[in-house]
Amino acid sequence: MPSFVNPEKCDGCKALDKTACQYVCPNDLMMLNPDLMKAYNREPEMCWECYNCVKICPTQAVEIRGYADFVPLGATVTPLRSTDSILWTVKFRNGSLKRFKFPIRTTPEGEAKPDGGFAVQDDINSNALYSEPEALGLDEVATL
Amino acid sequence: MANFETVEVTTDLLIVGGGMAACGAAVEAAYWAKKSGLKVTLVDKAAVDRSGAVAMGLSAINQYVGLKDGQNSMKDYVDYVRNDLMGITREDLVFNIARHVDSSVHLFEKWGLPIWKDAEGNYVHEGRWQLMINGESYKVIVAEAAKNALGMENIYERIFIVGPIMDGDRCVGAVGFSVREDKFYVFKAKSVLVAMGGAVHVFKPRSSGEGLGRAWYPPWNSGSSAYFTLKAGAEMTCQEVRFIPVRFKDAYGPVGAWFLLFKSRATNGLGEAYMQTRAGELENWKPYGKVKPVPANLRNWLMMLDVNEGKGPIFMRTDEAINKIAESEGDEKAAKKKLRELESEAWEDFLDMTISQAILWAATNTAPEQKPSEIAAAEPYFIGSHSGASGAWVSGPKDMAPEEYFWGYDNMSTINGLFCAGDASGASSHKFSSGSHAEGRIAAKAAIRFVLDHPEDVNVDTAAIKEIKAEILKPLDIYAEFSGKTVTPDVNPNYILPKMFMFRLQKIMDEYAGGVSTAFTTSNTLLERGLELLSFLREDAAHLAAADLHDLMRCWENVHRMWQAEAHVRTLLFRDETRWPGYYFRSDKPVMDNENWLAFANCKYDPDTGDWEMIKRPVVHIYNEL
Ligand SMILES: Cc1cc2nc3c(=O)[nH]c(=O)nc-3n(C[C@H](O)[C@H](O)[C@H](O)COP(=O)(O)OP(=O)(O)OC[C@H]3O[C@@H](n4cnc5c(N)ncnc54)[C@H](O)[C@@H]3O)c2cc1C
Ligand code: SF4
Ligand code: SF4
Repeated sequence: MPSFVNPEKCDGCKALDKTACQYVCPNDLMMLNPDLMKAYNREPEMCWECYNCVKICPTQAVEIRGYADFVPLGATVTPLRSTDSILWTVKFRNGSLKRFKFPIRTTPEGEAKPDGGFAVQDDINSNALYSEPEALGLDEVATL
Repeated sequence: MANFETVEVTTDLLIVGGGMAACGAAVEAAYWAKKSGLKVTLVDKAAVDRSGAVAMGLSAINQYVGLKDGQNSMKDYVDYVRNDLMGITREDLVFNIARHVDSSVHLFEKWGLPIWKDAEGNYVHEGRWQLMINGESYKVIVAEAAKNALGMENIYERIFIVGPIMDGDRCVGAVGFSVREDKFYVFKAKSVLVAMGGAVHVFKPRSSGEGLGRAWYPPWNSGSSAYFTLKAGAEMTCQEVRFIPVRFKDAYGPVGAWFLLFKSRATNGLGEAYMQTRAGELENWKPYGKVKPVPANLRNWLMMLDVNEGKGPIFMRTDEAINKIAESEGDEKAAKKKLRELESEAWEDFLDMTISQAILWAATNTAPEQKPSEIAAAEPYFIGSHSGASGAWVSGPKDMAPEEYFWGYDNMSTINGLFCAGDASGASSHKFSSGSHAEGRIAAKAAIRFVLDHPEDVNVDTAAIKEIKAEILKPLDIYAEFSGKTVTPDVNPNYILPKMFMFRLQKIMDEYAGGVSTAFTTSNTLLERGLELLSFLREDAAHLAAADLHDLMRCWENVHRMWQAEAHVRTLLFRDETRWPGYYFRSDKPVMDNENWLAFANCKYDPDTGDWEMIKRPVVHIYNEL
């Protein structure tokens, strides 16, 4: 089904002006039911299972149930994303479990410097982009 | 008419889209613009942090040339791309991207993207051109640099761009609407850079129930780049060069690591390896059939020959591959350790970029080290940055483009002030995430140069905008007027809803233009009939209805898809040969005709007359052909 919301966990993002899952879904699927103050996926058959709503939900209310037209029941894949790594728990249909942890970034959040600290140049007519040639690790940009 | 406030934004450079190419463009444009006191604005239908094809993450950077370490030469990359595309490629564009792509990769690393390193500190390669990454946050990191460069005040999210604003033969902006509030947006700009990705759901997908959204290509890229550039009157190229990926069946998990890193074989249901048993077929597609690596479409083709003879299913021999590597470790303890390492790498490959595949493995109790998994050809997609080539026909770089390919500014389309990058520009395949980013930077620098050369204010015809606004909002009006005329609004003789419109398009394309159900085969007569059916669909587009803003977006997404479809069908018809078996097969013209068709098949829509023009353009080499 793609993503679905556990009503016991969803708090509607505490009535902030936009909910986290609605903010992030690249396909504009997550909606808030204003009467219930609960989120839902309005078009499950257009969900890519990209997990962005799952990863961003502050209360872990969003889960994914594999597409019914080709995925047997019973498995879950659950992420827990922190600022520098992600922990995945994979539960098999037969009950066995696997856990994996992977790094997601090497720098503090928000601090990406556009020029990457490479020397910049200021000739708009040259072949070099602004952080080149240093960002290339070369003395000059290749030509024929 | 629906009562929408009109919001006007005036800027110097407008970047349309927020994916890899757009984020590259933002970083580069911000620098040059600041120097000259210019303004740069970016607009995306989604949230830049997680928009486009990289929204979920990726497990590899697919283009890294490694020039600084002398790993490869520029010619190596150009040869690879030209040969993979069966001889049809703009070598000047491929060269231009390849000479800059490494600097995008080095920037990603500085921004915080974890790229795998070996014990000596060198990048770990998946294949010759591919680097392994821990890429869950790839898009977040690339977007962060773009946001830091532009400032959030210059970024508009959740605005769906419908089409261009023209001033004669110059593109001077874009129109669209918010999907959050009743607002119509008019962006006026001295130049416009289109980077709205490729298209999916033009063809009927294999899964059509709940799994409809699980196409390989993300359901949110719907051909907006193609529509925008076509409607501006820009010449388009390679509209016939769709891409069909072979991936793990149904969930479309990536196979690159399996083939390249783990050196896995694929076999048919009888245990035969089609790359060996069918090798003779490659003779028919010489000279490209004989190059290494074998072009992607030909690898598909050999597999399809087996499938069409009923020799499926096709299996990736994951068990064989993993155990072979583990056993080569020598003693049993080392082999066990290696096995665990490989297992984790295999799962990460999915978890970073196709989580559905991990669910499917878990739900079918699949342990890759114990049993093989099925692979299959997906449905056709339009993704000019990957192994397809569709997009706008753009100018090459001054220092090397042959004169036929040069008209002033890198990556400018045949329309003044309209630049394209990533999936939006054609005939420069195999740029992938990193090359799209680099190409966005190239195009942005040129676009700023264009603005400096053309500083005069642009002219926007207010009456024309009013008309466009009415046309864009019309599906809301139709719904408001007619939805009460039936007891339930979903079946109503006065209109067509966007999802049914999409299904009709998909059925036409599937059955007449070589989709899954005809084993990717078509012919002149099938295509002519398809065009006839598309013309009815085009008329019916005027009767699309939308209950709300979300549906209004769905209406226009599907109109965009329909235009991508028409450009595709017309170009399939024009190219009177089969050049890319494995992507599509013309049953009436089953062989490659290098004498007449080693050329680009271009097309152009004339917005004034509504006519299509088909144009043959020469392939001019910058290096000797093989
Ligand atoms: C499944 C998959 C796996 C891939 N794997 C790899 C890999 O391992 N390594 C690699 O290097 N590359 C990989 N690629 C290729 C890579 O993702 C693309 O080459 C790259 O994202 C293209 O960049 P782009 O900017 O053209 O498009 P995208 O990055 O897709 O960006 C398109 C942007 O346009 C916006 N948009 C679309 N329509 C509109 C509209 N109407 N109005 C406003 N905004 C709009 C979208 O929201 C998005 O921001 C993969 C691609 C796919 C689909
Ligand atoms: S992000 Fe989570 S808590 Fe917030 S609305 Fe969505 S599901 Fe509910
Ligand atoms: S998984 Fe992705 S596409 Fe599906 S609802 Fe969540 S964010 Fe949207």
